[in-house]
Amino acid sequence: MTQAIPRFWREIQSRYNLVGSKCGSCGKVDFPPRAVCPDCGRKSIGKMQSFKLCGKGTVVTYTTIYDAPSQFDMQKPYVMAIVEMDEGVRLTTQLINVKPEDVKIGMKVQATFRKLGQDGEAGVIHYGYKFRPAGS
Amino acid sequence: MKAGIVSYGAYIPRYRIAPKTIGAVWGNDGEAMGRNLNIRAKSVPGPDEDVITISVEAARACMAKVSIEPTDIGAIYVGSESHPYAVKPTATIVAEAIGATPVLTAADFEFACKAGTAAIQTTMGLTISKMMKYGMAVGADTSQGAPGDALEYSASAGGAALLVGTDHVAAEINHTVSYTTDTPDFWRREGQRYPSHGGRFTGEPAYFKHVVSCAQLLFKRAGSQPQDYDYAVFHQPNGKFPVRAAKQLGFKDAQVDTGLCVRDIGNTYSGAIMVGLSAILDEAEPGDRIFAVGYGSGAGSDGFDITVTDAISKLRRDATPTVKRMIETHEFIDYATYAKFRGKILLREA
Repeated sequence: MTQAIPRFWREIQSRYNLVGSKCGSCGKVDFPPRAVCPDCGRKSIGKMQSFKLCGKGTVVTYTTIYDAPSQFDMQKPYVMAIVEMDEGVRLTTQLINVKPEDVKIGMKVQATFRKLGQDGEAGVIHYGYKFRPAGS
Repeated sequence: MKAGIVSYGAYIPRYRIAPKTIGAVWGNDGEAMGRNLNIRAKSVPGPDEDVITISVEAARACMAKVSIEPTDIGAIYVGSESHPYAVKPTATIVAEAIGATPVLTAADFEFACKAGTAAIQTTMGLTISKMMKYGMAVGADTSQGAPGDALEYSASAGGAALLVGTDHVAAEINHTVSYTTDTPDFWRREGQRYPSHGGRFTGEPAYFKHVVSCAQLLFKRAGSQPQDYDYAVFHQPNGKFPVRAAKQLGFKDAQVDTGLCVRDIGNTYSGAIMVGLSAILDEAEPGDRIFAVGYGSGAGSDGFDITVTDAISKLRRDATPTVKRMIETHEFIDYATYAKFRGKILLREA
């Protein structure tokens, strides 16, 4: 899977540091960041602020991947989850440091920094967040 | 004016492999090999871990202990011999991931196992001279021994980051000295996947000559003796060399024990002495004195005489797992999984 360099580069702040956005009008937090608040529309223009999530959340639901894309062959079976962050926003992420059979809905998790993939042996390496059980 | 350690953070991957498991594959008595090296297990990075992820985890653990703005860091240097890119700095990614960009300088260092301590000395100079408020020195590695080579029993993964500065110093660096010569005991040529070494030549003329000479210089510079220190930590390519060097210098086992992490996680190369130092700082009390001498093949040693200050009690040392806890939190894997994780199995291009 080859990804254009600028496309990933633009997302570095979100991928490395969980930087989303907060509407200066209604306070709604979005991740990834939005240029306009989906609730406030034009009222939010010029009021959207950068907002860093705290990195802690709860597993809302999950699935175990047994038939993985070739880049993830080394990691299968692995768990993908929807995590609700403490700020209320939800994101999709890989769960690590936990066996699929030990994952539970409602489990507390925290963000960690891992390699997400690479554009082949000679290409750019992509880094970003994955989540692990809190305190592990 | 003196510089010192303002904060510290370490990271050790959770996977482990035992010498017995490695020996079983190559027809060697792995248990005996482990006993001879004084290594019970070595850490193995997961398939999504490398020097960059380890450095970021260590740097974040370091920043989590203090309330210092990352933008006050003027330099980040990452010492390693297994940087994921040959060209493209690890340090810029660490800087971005801890929020220290863009007004800082950054670079990657390489000096076999002592690139991290070289980074400590560089940041000391930059902060003492007031060129910047704080500097960060990271030492991390995911080094490999060739399959079947003696190095395979010890080469592991881990790292640590130290925030160095002249304010809020938790452990003052009273003195630092270095001892450097051209000694080709261990090397890796450009493009080679695995390092080469001079076998027994890595011992007396290399590790021991440099570590002992540097330690003696440090005693002289500090006007100190082994009994003046509460802790001593040395570069630890295995569990045997540092114990022998310590004994030769007159240290007792109790002074060396806390920082001797190699027995449970193997040789983390550029991370080794810094992880050992982090284990000591995890438990040190104000007034404790630490003697630290690193070693890098090629070859050189950097020595540090350190005194823990009252400010150590203000660090949030429980904000992230201690080295002891990371050593205890592990999952053993078999050789096949290890070979898969370390890219020792030839695959089709993904």
